Amino acid sequence: MTTNNGAFAFELRDMNVYYSDKLAVDKVNLSIQTRKITAFIGPSGCGKSTVLRSLNRMNDLIPAAKVTGSVIFQGRDLYAPNVDPVEVRRRIGMVFQKPNPFPKSIYDNIAYGPRLLGVKAKETLDDIVEKALRGSFLWDEVKGDLKKSGFALSGGQQQRMCIARTIAIEPEVILMDEPCSALDPIATQAIEELMRDLVKKYTIVIVTHNMQQAQRVSDFTAFYSIRKATETEGKEKRWGVLVEYAPTTQIFSRPESEETERYIRGEFG
Amino acid sequence: MSAEVQPTPSTVNPALPTEVEFKGLLRRRQARGKLWARFFSLSTIVAILALIALLANIINDSFGYVVIEYAVDPTTLAPDGDFEALTPEQLTQILVDDNKNLGVTIRDTLSVVPTDQFSTTPMRLVAPNAVLPEGTADKTLRELTPEEVFAITVTNVPQAALIARIEAEVTRSTVREAYALFESLTRRAEIEQEYLDDYGGATNTATDFYFRSWLNIDYILSGQSSNPTTTGIRTAIIGTLWIMVITVVFSFTVGVGAAIYLEEYSTGNTWFERLVETNIRNLSGVPSIIYGLLGLAIFVRLLEAITQGRTIISAALTMGLLVLPVIIINAQEALRSVPSSMREASFGLGATRWQTIWRTVLPAALPGILTGTILAMSRAIGETAPLIVIGAATTIFVDPNGPISKFTALPIQVYQWTARPQPGFRQAAAAGIIALLILLLTLNAAAIILRQRVRKGLES
Repeated sequence: MTTNNGAFAFELRDMNVYYSDKLAVDKVNLSIQTRKITAFIGPSGCGKSTVLRSLNRMNDLIPAAKVTGSVIFQGRDLYAPNVDPVEVRRRIGMVFQKPNPFPKSIYDNIAYGPRLLGVKAKETLDDIVEKALRGSFLWDEVKGDLKKSGFALSGGQQQRMCIARTIAIEPEVILMDEPCSALDPIATQAIEELMRDLVKKYTIVIVTHNMQQAQRVSDFTAFYSIRKATETEGKEKRWGVLVEYAPTTQIFSRPESEETERYIRGEFG
Repeated sequence: MSAEVQPTPSTVNPALPTEVEFKGLLRRRQARGKLWARFFSLSTIVAILALIALLANIINDSFGYVVIEYAVDPTTLAPDGDFEALTPEQLTQILVDDNKNLGVTIRDTLSVVPTDQFSTTPMRLVAPNAVLPEGTADKTLRELTPEEVFAITVTNVPQAALIARIEAEVTRSTVREAYALFESLTRRAEIEQEYLDDYGGATNTATDFYFRSWLNIDYILSGQSSNPTTTGIRTAIIGTLWIMVITVVFSFTVGVGAAIYLEEYSTGNTWFERLVETNIRNLSGVPSIIYGLLGLAIFVRLLEAITQGRTIISAALTMGLLVLPVIIINAQEALRSVPSSMREASFGLGATRWQTIWRTVLPAALPGILTGTILAMSRAIGETAPLIVIGAATTIFVDPNGPISKFTALPIQVYQWTARPQPGFRQAAAAGIIALLILLLTLNAAAIILRQRVRKGLES
């Protein structure tokens, strides 16, 4: 029974994430819109990155992590037994907190994904590389030095190269895990402009610590927070919950939850 | 405002030292640091001195004056003892006059058939490239007359081979005295006086006195002999190279493979995996002679059908096992130091585990893996005990020509020479050590150049 009518890229139903039997995120229900930017905000430890990483099964890389409930993507549960995580990640790309270029040339960085898929012809790769770099507004800056190491670029350029690397295999969704937290304001601005452009073609989900950034770039915002409970021996248990999810303008002007309002006002976090 | 000096924050808390106490303590803290720094620099100096002493000792033995005595005075056989001025007939005649069997020379220089068939095979098959006098082609060596053997020797055996046999078996030089480099330089006059007193000096043509470099081209290019002045390390170098090549190929493949499994596939959580990890670390500390016993039991005895016993392949596989832990541990370390962000980037683009390993993790870890391989090679090239246990031949006259052949190796050769009491062998052993060090440095340099290339490839 799929309810996907094309407007939603993801539908999360009662999704729980556990790290070695310890609950990390409790019952997330969320529908993420196609070709919109959805921002995840919340205090440290609220599980927003964990939810993000569950969307392309990056959590599989941590042996102790376990996801229950369902994450429906294009009418299919990503955690169904017959789903190959490799295929999931090919359709749902990811950009990480710190720019992580491969120790290879700019060209080889961008061509990495297509090559994984078996593209070998040089002309095809040349085209893909150029298109991806144009798509991430990097082409004019690097077109003469494609043979140079990816490390030779500035931090902001590296992050845009990582975005180019992701869009080179034309995924349907781009997940971004605090993509600007290691960058200066000017580089951040460039990435934000790029995101507004990319959203014409891609669904984007971004985790951010920066509320102004969420306000500036996102269409929808999901606010996560922490719940605590004291166990029998005085040990404290903490897990994350989704508190509120609404259009960004609404979250920042008239949030329904008092907790959201306090977070937005900067009273905790 | 009071005139009193305001107490600094540190003196407010009585648990912390006062300003005066702090100054005194600081001096002591600095002094203690300086003492340690001096100790560390002293340790470095001790290490360097030890290395210099080692090298000086080897070099001291490898060069110096020698006194050689001939059993037969060369000047009685050739003018001025210069055999190269003689014709092949004259040289062959010297051998015949000394009752030497010319068949042996023909066998060693011309024969292409196995030794046991040599004397029963017609000469045209024994020496297909030789110019044979009329009527001799179909005869076996046994059927030839002495004149015919003489003629075949004169026309076909190279002059150098004849001279070598005369020097080895007729004039028969013996090293009487071998001086070290240091005394050769400092006590030259006394040494010359000793030569004059004990051997009659330059007028005694049955002796020779000269400054000898024990490490020379002939030494490197000749095979073994029982005479320290003509012996060489060619056979041993070839043996060592064969062993090293097979050892590296075997231990690199198996070692890196195991490291990849342990780091990238195994979770390290089961008791079995933890047992394996611990044991690999322990294995690297097992004495090498134990590996020799293992190699003897498995490769020499159990797998004799494949390895043919005490052959290069047995030695190389034993060495391979010996250095395997070194390679595994270093490769694991190198794989572990590849940042996980690199793996995430690859997985995030839809790479399979193997694609991530092959395209990202291994290239990034390769410099570290090669460092481990260099360490392993350095260990393997000098190992002697396992080779002795599995039974490397100490005396061998035929060059090894493949993995399944008898062999000797440089450290074995050096070990065997050091055990011989005659003057000259200690010097030959010292020269062998220098050769071993040069070989080791060459192999390591090659690996380091390879590593630099890989690094450059990663950065450019």
